[in-house]
Amino acid sequence: MQFNDLINGFPVLTVTGLTQGAIYALIALGYTLVYGVLRLINFAHSDVFMIGTFGAIWTWSAFGFDANSPRPSVGEALGLIALAIVVAALLCGFFAMLVEVTAYRPLRARNAPPLAFLITAIGASFVLSEGMGAFTNRRQFGVPAMLPTEPVVSLGGWSLTPLQISTLAVAVIAMVALDWFVQRTRFGRGIRAVAQDSNTAALMGVNKNRVILLVFLIGGLMAGVAAVMSDMKAASTRFNVGFLIGLKAFAAAVLGGIGNLRGAALGGILLGLVENYGSAVFGTNFRDFIGFLVLILLLMFRPTGLLGESLGRARA
Amino acid sequence: MTDVRTRWRDFRHGVSQRWDRLPKASRIGIILVFVVFLYALPNKGFYEYLGLPVGEYIPLYTTRNDMATVLFQCGYYILLALGLNIVVGYAGLLDLGFFGFFAVGAYTVATLTSPQSKIFTEYNWLESPWPWLAALPLAIALSFAAGVILGFPVLRLRGDYLAIVTLGFAEMIRIVAQQNDWIFNGDRGIPNIGRPPGTNSDGSAIFQFDAKPYYWLILTVIIGMVFLIRNLVRSRVGRAWIAIREDEDAAELMGVPTYKFKIWAFAMGAGIGGFSGALWAGQIGFVNASTFKLEQSILVLAAVLLGGAGNIFGAILGGFLVIYVPEWLRSVGDVFGLPEQVRIAGEPYDISATNLRYLFFGIILIVVMIFRPQGLWANRRRAAELKDREKEAMVGA
Repeated sequence: MQFNDLINGFPVLTVTGLTQGAIYALIALGYTLVYGVLRLINFAHSDVFMIGTFGAIWTWSAFGFDANSPRPSVGEALGLIALAIVVAALLCGFFAMLVEVTAYRPLRARNAPPLAFLITAIGASFVLSEGMGAFTNRRQFGVPAMLPTEPVVSLGGWSLTPLQISTLAVAVIAMVALDWFVQRTRFGRGIRAVAQDSNTAALMGVNKNRVILLVFLIGGLMAGVAAVMSDMKAASTRFNVGFLIGLKAFAAAVLGGIGNLRGAALGGILLGLVENYGSAVFGTNFRDFIGFLVLILLLMFRPTGLLGESLGRARA
Repeated sequence: MTDVRTRWRDFRHGVSQRWDRLPKASRIGIILVFVVFLYALPNKGFYEYLGLPVGEYIPLYTTRNDMATVLFQCGYYILLALGLNIVVGYAGLLDLGFFGFFAVGAYTVATLTSPQSKIFTEYNWLESPWPWLAALPLAIALSFAAGVILGFPVLRLRGDYLAIVTLGFAEMIRIVAQQNDWIFNGDRGIPNIGRPPGTNSDGSAIFQFDAKPYYWLILTVIIGMVFLIRNLVRSRVGRAWIAIREDEDAAELMGVPTYKFKIWAFAMGAGIGGFSGALWAGQIGFVNASTFKLEQSILVLAAVLLGGAGNIFGAILGGFLVIYVPEWLRSVGDVFGLPEQVRIAGEPYDISATNLRYLFFGIILIVVMIFRPQGLWANRRRAAELKDREKEAMVGA
């Protein structure tokens, strides 16, 4: 154990942890939204995210940027990133809705048991990741360099690279927008109503299926945003990249209290931080170990996560 | 569509009624014939005897891999599915990390029986490697204990929280196994694991590289396990599990000590999973950390739910299908002479059935669940409950 590493590297670890945590949080929102409304772990969400990582790469290659091309100017880079976010978000939103329509809606129509949903979720996850695997020949794709890597802000031991700043900024904007959407708009009220009591909401004139489709769309959009940021951080992507990061994001959602939007954001950030601090102390091999250990210990003492479950209400 | 479905239902109904009306002796006879058929399955001679054209395609045979090896793999998956079926199917506890117990069983056997294990080469805890048969009970006992130790804290959680905690546990076992400088030797793994004992009449060992004896061994274990589980679920314990699955609070109020029985279910399942791991390690002869991926846990769960949770034969069917169907899809490409590659815009794409088999498998999972959400071979009582749910849905719509 190297506590010195933790103390010396504290600022760097905090910043990288926050960035990674912001990506987890964005993906976790998709899990938590679907769980809040349908009480369903959407296993295919991680593969929806994976499709987003390819969406960004295709966008950039359409403009002639590949892994070896020189870095564009900052203005150009910001434009390209914004465009990639739009493309990836729409792509992810589309595939998330496709999963809902093909894999979940037919089961809901027959009032199938919850475990059947889990199996179609696994099936959809196989289809998306293996389909993409065949489509890309299971190759690894490099991400073109976009933002300069040298830190722009430094103060004492603290420094921020442009990538870290933009990731945090984009994540904060996306989360604030989502919170506003769910709390303040008519559509958001529909989502909260269905989460609280779907049958009563349907009786009050809420179109349940449309609300559920909307929830999948929003989850997909968030995953798309996360995919672009994760692409630039990891510098490469592959058809099976979603699995581990999706697992972490799901753990983050549970950590914060699944079904709770602010909980997902908090859980994601916390998981990112804990992982980074832990890997400094116990070695990077144990990065994933520490994340799960913290999750399990927390659930022992707070069985419904940090903030509890409450997209609509606390579950009995 | 409806016509086909009603006809199929009448047919099934007819078959099950006839089966029930048969005298007990004939029922046992038919089961025995079927068991003999299972033992004969990997022998090529058996197909020659039936007059099937050997050498060309045989409908059941897999061509890319040795049939006996595939059947053995099906066997250890069936054993895993039987174990998980107790946890998920009977007690209704969602366990996503079941493969962790498989890892405990496999690693126990590996570290104790391999001469290259660090126990003997570095730590000198023991004098000489154990025989496989001596390590087997310990492997089962340790995975059973792992089930109790894990179950003790986590079984107070419910539903999806339990799912993520068990998943995390399996992942933690894998990470510990992955450490190169620890006892499990990481991805370099442990070779030369001991094999089951026994010699042929000419003095050569039965359990060598040929997979057939292993298949027969695991088939025997499965048959024994079916009797054991069948009797267990018809006892007080099994009734308690089903009560917990249906309504935990009601069961508790009726005086069922739910916590105790949940730990029982968890530990029984874990023990069977460890047994499967020990058998597998004996056949494969080598374990390393990358064998125990999380995908495997999910595949076992898919097996149980595809086959029909809460039914022993459903779990067997599911465990068989999740291994056999992807393997068989590989042969299908060979049989029909499908193209292995297409070129789109100059880029070659691999479209062989081998490459696409999990894609097809995913589609099969979705389609089966939409048309038979209770699983392919469901427990009768559960199927009836689901029928009621479906009717409710129709009235509600």
